[in-house]
Amino acid sequence: MKLLKLVPDNTNIRFLRWRVPFYAVSLLLIAASWGMILTKGLNLGVDFVGGQMIRVTFQNTPTAPIAELRETVGKLGYGEPIIQQFGKPNEVSIRMRLPEGSAQNADLADQMARKITAAIKVDHTDARIDGVDSVSGKVSGELFKTGMQALLAAMVAISIYIWVRFEWQFGVGALFALVHDVSLTLGLFAVTQMEFDLNIVAAILTLIGYSLNDTIVIYDRIRENMKKFRRMPMPELLDLSVNETLSRTMVTSLSVLITLVALLLLGPNVIFGFTAAITLGIFVGTYSSVYMAAPILIWLKVNPSSFVPTETEIDRQERLAREGA
Amino acid sequence: MLDFPRWKQLWLWSITILACLAALPSLLSVGGISLPEGLPSPKINLGLDLAGGSHILLEANPEQVKRQRLETMEEDVRARMRQADPAIRIGDISTKDGTVSFIVADPGQVDAAREQLQTLTSGAQLTGQRDWDLQVLDGNRIVLRPTQAGIDLAISQAMDTATEVVRKRIDALGTREPTIIRQGAQRIVVQVPGLKDPAALKNLLGQTAKLEFKLVDGLALPSDVAQGIAPPGSEIVPLEAAPGSTQPAGAIAVKRLGGIKGDRLTNAQQSFDQQTNEPVVTITFDQQGGAKFAKLTTDNVGKPFAIILDGKVLSSPVINEPIIGGTARISGSFTIESANQLAIALRSGALPVDLKVVEERTVGPDLGADSIEKGAIAFGVGTVALMLFMLITYGRFGFYTNAALILNTLMILGIMAIINTTLTLPGIAGFVLTIGAAVDANVLINERIREERARGRRVVNAVEMGYKEASSAIFDGNVTNLIAAVLMFAFGSGPVRGFAIVLMIGIVTSVFTAVTLTRMWVAGWLRRARPADLVL
Repeated sequence: MKLLKLVPDNTNIRFLRWRVPFYAVSLLLIAASWGMILTKGLNLGVDFVGGQMIRVTFQNTPTAPIAELRETVGKLGYGEPIIQQFGKPNEVSIRMRLPEGSAQNADLADQMARKITAAIKVDHTDARIDGVDSVSGKVSGELFKTGMQALLAAMVAISIYIWVRFEWQFGVGALFALVHDVSLTLGLFAVTQMEFDLNIVAAILTLIGYSLNDTIVIYDRIRENMKKFRRMPMPELLDLSVNETLSRTMVTSLSVLITLVALLLLGPNVIFGFTAAITLGIFVGTYSSVYMAAPILIWLKVNPSSFVPTETEIDRQERLAREGA
Repeated sequence: MLDFPRWKQLWLWSITILACLAALPSLLSVGGISLPEGLPSPKINLGLDLAGGSHILLEANPEQVKRQRLETMEEDVRARMRQADPAIRIGDISTKDGTVSFIVADPGQVDAAREQLQTLTSGAQLTGQRDWDLQVLDGNRIVLRPTQAGIDLAISQAMDTATEVVRKRIDALGTREPTIIRQGAQRIVVQVPGLKDPAALKNLLGQTAKLEFKLVDGLALPSDVAQGIAPPGSEIVPLEAAPGSTQPAGAIAVKRLGGIKGDRLTNAQQSFDQQTNEPVVTITFDQQGGAKFAKLTTDNVGKPFAIILDGKVLSSPVINEPIIGGTARISGSFTIESANQLAIALRSGALPVDLKVVEERTVGPDLGADSIEKGAIAFGVGTVALMLFMLITYGRFGFYTNAALILNTLMILGIMAIINTTLTLPGIAGFVLTIGAAVDANVLINERIREERARGRRVVNAVEMGYKEASSAIFDGNVTNLIAAVLMFAFGSGPVRGFAIVLMIGIVTSVFTAVTLTRMWVAGWLRRARPADLVL
């Protein structure tokens, strides 16, 4: 039986030859992402800004009447709603600010939800209310704070771990790759204005873990090659390491993508944004492992002498066997 | 590395089978089958986002606890000084600025007063920390200032009681399997699966249910009352607004002292007024409460008294005759439903502190069922596609990878059932993702074996080196993932935590199945078949 090989044996692609232009592009993308985040802002969900979100599915209508809903809900006197389609075209989320005084009297938020759902059901008997979330400003502020703390803590903790397991330069490289991945993902959310909520923070944490996994595999190989080929110039050694792990990188990325695409196309609509964030992260994370995490080792002047060469037991046996023969 | 003695194989298989067996009840219950009674059947709980239901986060106001504590202290101080022998005369007592301060009339009695206060101010804790700091100013003014430790303890106790009261009230509603947990210093999380309309629940929890009976001050001028000016010894209490009306309902003056509290109840029931047929709440006092109530009504026949609930006057009927039976009827503008709610609230006791809803999430049951179905389909299709991919890429080794994958799935489910965790919507995504990421370990190993073969190592050596050399990258990769998952769990809430749990379990089980189990299988195959070459 002939097995599938995604990457032919012994590739020798000189990835690192283009490290400077790629780095420039990456830095530009990071800057552009932050530009978008700061100017356009993230479309923060009720988790992070407080307010009320009502999710409605129109069971017998192919496309939700968003313009009409905006008018219907707007007329109720609670201010302008933010209405967005999510998942399928017949599913919408309606976001409202909490009414004045609801901090003291939670009934007001309830009344608003009841009035809105009643107003929708008048014209659309097929409307199914899938959920109502009310989050007060105080709680949402805390959720936002802890969410950001989790992201920062994860980036720092993982970088420190890499530093301890490898060398400080590797830790810096890993941190750089992470900043790249997180920035670009946030940038995507700023550009598309997809809703940014707690689930998305979880998605970003997941892709931090995944992207690092990729970086570690390459770093592990770099370390191994540095012990083996002590005289090889760094750019060459990095290229060799990336090429040697290329097959694994492709197979693993494809494996994860297969499951993610299944989830994107067939999975629950509610977590579409969540899955989309992770899917994008797979691409960004794979790229950053090669072009962000590796070249920085050259610039930070990693010294091969920091790793002591080792000979495994099997190596020794084979050498003795060779010498004996 | 490739040496697996019989006992080790047995040991590994029993762990695997045990964990997989634990997944059985959960899997069977999806098909509507349940195991016979008596067998242990751990099951995975479905989160609210899958099962439908309500999540409510309640927050207490700590200021209220502090204020009440000051008032109690004031009463205690008065009582102590009166009961002292000889009695200590005090004056100018006030509870302003968060302290209790008063003057001892005779400066010579200050030391005696301090002694009386000793037991009131020292904490009940074993740490010997004081609940109140005592200070003497200008020779005869005593100032009692609550310590932070004392305040914290009081809030913590109030929250414990509040949690208990919330539990009693929810149980009285008859909802199934509610989760009620204290969170942080001043919050309570309430989760009720399958609840469609949380309005009744919230009304019930929003009621402090502090019931008081006070005499109406008949001498107060209506014009003063309207302006909020109370005669000496009286206070102004607003009337409860009629349901549906937004107009302020006015207020009446009641006597501050001489009333009784409605906390000494043995029962409260919704019933009907025999004359008007309106819904009322019938309460039954315990012996002590009944005696006090009998005295109050005997002494004040012909006068009106106010029934006050949570600081609002429900009604102010005239006492026609002494009520000595220990039962009383509370009338007000009740509907059957609101009377029933009040009865439940009174039965379960008053909340020691007001609770406010600061976060509320309700999920309809249809959406959850939809999500489970779609999640299962996505999982099935994704897994089958992935297994095909592994098979055509790695042949026999792909088969081992797939076997590990199936066992991994079952083990995750089994462990989730054993530790009784909750599967949430993002948790389903975590599941699918874990499967994709779990094969990474096998990919690393298989690729490495290919490489070692390409370098000309013999079959057994290549396999051994493959597992050995890949292990450091697998280890580091899983530790970083674990760091991310632990932080997600620590900082996240609800559904995100569900996701983190699945990730954490998946990381551990995938290393076990993808590395340890496949190595055992490959070793067994190498020993039996002694292949000269590998198709890889």
